[in-house]
Amino acid sequence: MSHYSLSDKLFTDDVDSEPIRAGFGRGLKVAGETNENVVALCADLTDSTQMSKFKETFPERFVEIGVAEQNLVTVASGMARAGKVPFTSSYAAFSPGRNWEQIRTTACLNDQPVKVVGSHAGVSVGPDGATHQMLEDIALMRVLPNMVVVAPGDSVEAEKATKAIAENGKPSYLRLAREKTPVFSTEESPFEIGKAYLLREGSDVSLLGTGTMTYQLLVAARELEKQGISAEVVHVPTIKPLDEHTILASAKKTGRVVTAEEAQIIGGFGAAVAELLSEQLPTPLKRIGMMDRFGESGSPDELLDYFGLTGDKIAHAVKEFVHEKPQYHREF
Amino acid sequence: MHKNLTITDLEHKAYAIREDIIRMLEHAGSGHSAGPLGLAEIFSALYFSILRVDPKKPDWDERDFFFLSNGHCVPVQYAAMAEAGFFDKDELMTLRRFGSRLQGHPERTRLPGLENTSGPLGSGLSQAAGVAHTLQHIDKQLHRFVYVVTGDGELDEGNIWEAAMFAGKYRLSQLIVFVDRNNIQIDGMTEDVMPVEDLRGKWESFGWHVQEIDGHNIESIVDAASMARAITNKPSVVIAHTIPGKGVDFMEYDYHWHGMPPNSEQAKDALHKLRTLDGKIKGEHQ
Repeated sequence: MSHYSLSDKLFTDDVDSEPIRAGFGRGLKVAGETNENVVALCADLTDSTQMSKFKETFPERFVEIGVAEQNLVTVASGMARAGKVPFTSSYAAFSPGRNWEQIRTTACLNDQPVKVVGSHAGVSVGPDGATHQMLEDIALMRVLPNMVVVAPGDSVEAEKATKAIAENGKPSYLRLAREKTPVFSTEESPFEIGKAYLLREGSDVSLLGTGTMTYQLLVAARELEKQGISAEVVHVPTIKPLDEHTILASAKKTGRVVTAEEAQIIGGFGAAVAELLSEQLPTPLKRIGMMDRFGESGSPDELLDYFGLTGDKIAHAVKEFVHEKPQYHREF
Repeated sequence: MHKNLTITDLEHKAYAIREDIIRMLEHAGSGHSAGPLGLAEIFSALYFSILRVDPKKPDWDERDFFFLSNGHCVPVQYAAMAEAGFFDKDELMTLRRFGSRLQGHPERTRLPGLENTSGPLGSGLSQAAGVAHTLQHIDKQLHRFVYVVTGDGELDEGNIWEAAMFAGKYRLSQLIVFVDRNNIQIDGMTEDVMPVEDLRGKWESFGWHVQEIDGHNIESIVDAASMARAITNKPSVVIAHTIPGKGVDFMEYDYHWHGMPPNSEQAKDALHKLRTLDGKIKGEHQ
């Protein structure tokens, strides 16, 4: 497993905290500087999806599509045919929420390197409410052949992920969040598509996180340590292709797995891990995420707490899970 | 490119394409008859006069682009491509068979010369608009054109009008669309299923240059494309009025033939009608 350097400032008062989407904005500009074929298309959300940096730097390579998400990805597919590397952005609720078939046919089956960037994913969107809190995007994207699915854990990683998908030659989905997320990684931390990273070693349980939930797992692991539970934390920014080797190694070591995601557990990241474990290494598993329900309006912190997605709530759930007997030893 | 062909040569190509369509569909045992037969002149004109493409170099970096938006009509494209020399005509009989490059609906990654993958309606126009935008506004290759064929039932799709608005905004003058106005779709006549008229008015209001032609008149098709290339401040649409099932009297105008292939008896009859212009002349096979 690769060495991973966590930020020195993690768990201090002056920890950097920044929306994950901000890293995308920086990464896209750098990708544009590195590769003149990178173009950007947006559906009337240029500032909030952070495409504005690219637009200011390369106005001739930015295409405003208007509020038309089906056209967004299909025009991008055409631009890919003309040799471009098109990044498309909107809120995840609209893209890939509204234009799934177009992504399936004109990006994935057509095997064009269209980049679908879904910002404002998860319940932490907050006051906008359930319509805008995209929770099904991981499930929608990971079932598609040819599609790569990446949910960076913080803004520093999002910048690296953006640069990586600009060069991978494949249709790719990048999942971003709206609110500030504490930065746990550093400029030196590795990022490679398809790799999971061991952030913290432990022996009692493996906590597997993607996107915004990885930070919460680090918080949970600290809390669990105080309670005598040794939790391993594995960050899984790439949901597809899944780093099976790293996940299986951790599951084998601890014998218990918990997944966490700001998305539906049905079909989502936890489901991907469940599929892997049940086929390769049956292991007691608990999935934390949205339990087959929609979100609602509220402040981001309020909602994360209500839906059990904070470090404290996760620690509590993990403790219960660890103290249960493994499910296959249960008496009925 | 086949610049030395006459209008009459192109008419003959259209009938050769029709015969191949009948043979392919009969052999495949499934597929769409009416649309492809009605598009034979347009595809003859495209592949033997209008498109700057090289069958021996399908990825030629100076080529024009062609996007079939209504993917179910792909038998006419396969037949035209084979006639033009993109691949051997024998391969046409593999249509819809396991392992064939000629999938039931076109897949770009399987067959060189296809620019897109289509079937679900309404997306081909957007993809073509993406290429046209790139050529015109980013790569500044103003001599290359992007041609599209859409169905008329396909115009029910919202994605089409998103693309129409986009092309109008960016004045994509290298984008040239043929609408196959054959008035039928699966459930019946277009104006009964979901009226698409006023077609001319709709496209004009989206900022397009509009022409209407007889879609079976080769000269009109070639002229309309030429006119469209001369319009340099807006995208062009050519509403091509066609007869679904054209050339086979028992298929003409009948929407039931939208998604049906001929059986062997019907195919024999159809080929006879095509080879004799419905009994008006003596066929070479007689």
